[in-house]
Amino acid sequence: MKALSRYLPLLLLAIAWELAARLNIVSSLALPPLTHVATAWLDLVHDGELIDNGEASLYRGAVGLLLAIVGGGALGMAMARWRTFDVFVNPLVELFYPLPKSALIPVTVIWLGFGDGSKILLIFLGCMIPVTIGAYNGARGSDHVLVWSARSMGASPLRMMWDVVLPSALPELLNGVRTALALSFILLVSSELIVSQKGFGYLIGYLGSTGSYEGMYAVVLTVAFLGFAADRLYQLLMQWLLRWRE
Amino acid sequence: MDGQGQIVIEGVNHTYRPARGRAVPALSNVTLQVRPREFLALLGPSGCGKSTLLYLVGGFLPTEAGRILVEGKPVAAPGPDRGIVFQHFALFPWKTVRGNVLYGLERQGLPRAERDRRAQSFINLVGLRGFEESYPSQLSGGMKQRTAIARTLAFDPSILLMDEPFGALDAQTRSLMQTELLSIWQRTPKTVIFVTHDVQEAVYLAERVAVMSSRPGQIKAIVETKFEKRDPSILRAKEFVEKVDHIWNLVRDEAIKAQELSA
Repeated sequence: MKALSRYLPLLLLAIAWELAARLNIVSSLALPPLTHVATAWLDLVHDGELIDNGEASLYRGAVGLLLAIVGGGALGMAMARWRTFDVFVNPLVELFYPLPKSALIPVTVIWLGFGDGSKILLIFLGCMIPVTIGAYNGARGSDHVLVWSARSMGASPLRMMWDVVLPSALPELLNGVRTALALSFILLVSSELIVSQKGFGYLIGYLGSTGSYEGMYAVVLTVAFLGFAADRLYQLLMQWLLRWRE
Repeated sequence: MDGQGQIVIEGVNHTYRPARGRAVPALSNVTLQVRPREFLALLGPSGCGKSTLLYLVGGFLPTEAGRILVEGKPVAAPGPDRGIVFQHFALFPWKTVRGNVLYGLERQGLPRAERDRRAQSFINLVGLRGFEESYPSQLSGGMKQRTAIARTLAFDPSILLMDEPFGALDAQTRSLMQTELLSIWQRTPKTVIFVTHDVQEAVYLAERVAVMSSRPGQIKAIVETKFEKRDPSILRAKEFVEKVDHIWNLVRDEAIKAQELSA
């Protein structure tokens, strides 16, 4: 019942879409009926187009995001713990923070070409920022008596970072990662749309330019669903990782 | 005569220098010796620097002037020879009761079976059998402090530093925990420095009470408080009440001074 009421708006939207297209309220060229989109989706799966391009996209997204989580997490925690390091790095992070990361698409292409490398680098750079800020704020808030406790029980300074500072930073760090996850989809598709021969973004652009709008909508909806599913799964993971909180 | 658990504090000064604002002198020329396996209470009004002194012995703050020797060696850093119990427990909230108690044992690199056995025996000792898999957020204040005590006892430090450990507990729990701590200490004697501002608690638990003056803290007097403490009715015995009165008189002047300082 709860699930039904939750997804009812989506169902209504789908019905409205179908009707609007069928009754020619909007041009079926601009908005093909949803049922046609579904057929196009099945075709795309069948001939392997969606799977091939999807694999390429997910690989780039996963690698870029993973690097951003590790790099951003380490950077943020190091900034929070070592003041001299913070003095040097903080201005750079602040300068980089408001820059629209999509502006870096041509730059990453010049550096690493049209393949996976430029997409991974872009996602890494863009997603690192929210993770860094989350880790930084979280680690700064870590309770000094917990640090003292660990030290007095024989933990080395590095060990203590892993055992105390990281888990203390985890709630804010994980929120940063959630922002990064959403951002990775944005950067992935926009970079593939502009310069790529593979991936969801490429497929959307290609299908759009050749007039296969049903197929284009099918890929757009696939990306939307994947983004939604990834966020849901991530929230479950977050709940599990933070199960010690009340 | 550097016996196990012996602590020597000589001419120690300490000044807090906050990033903003004036420097605050916390300790002035403190000299104190703690004998091996002695239970010493550090008593004084709030803000007198008694916790600061404890943190210096723990190696959490650097010794700026004077020296602190533990078993003959100057204190340089925190170490597992000095276990500490904080007022607000300082448990790792992401670890269960068992995980918390295991932490110090893991750092010592004991074999797994031995760690598990020791952890369980200390969990039992503080009466937390059945709560091994609970997280601190699921425990009452008294249970949290029991966990913290078990965690510190488990890795067997020769010195126990206690920073107002029962200050955050309600009166009943507090009195139960005091009795329990005494019986644990009588079974496994360690050198204890117990910071408190509660005169009765100090006299009940300690063998000697070091009374500190208000800020900057100095040792104003050291009073012997040895009683036969296995019997809780000692709290109403005449000699006990007199001792509390005597120390209370020493502390009162300082408490008034401390109030004037903070006003």
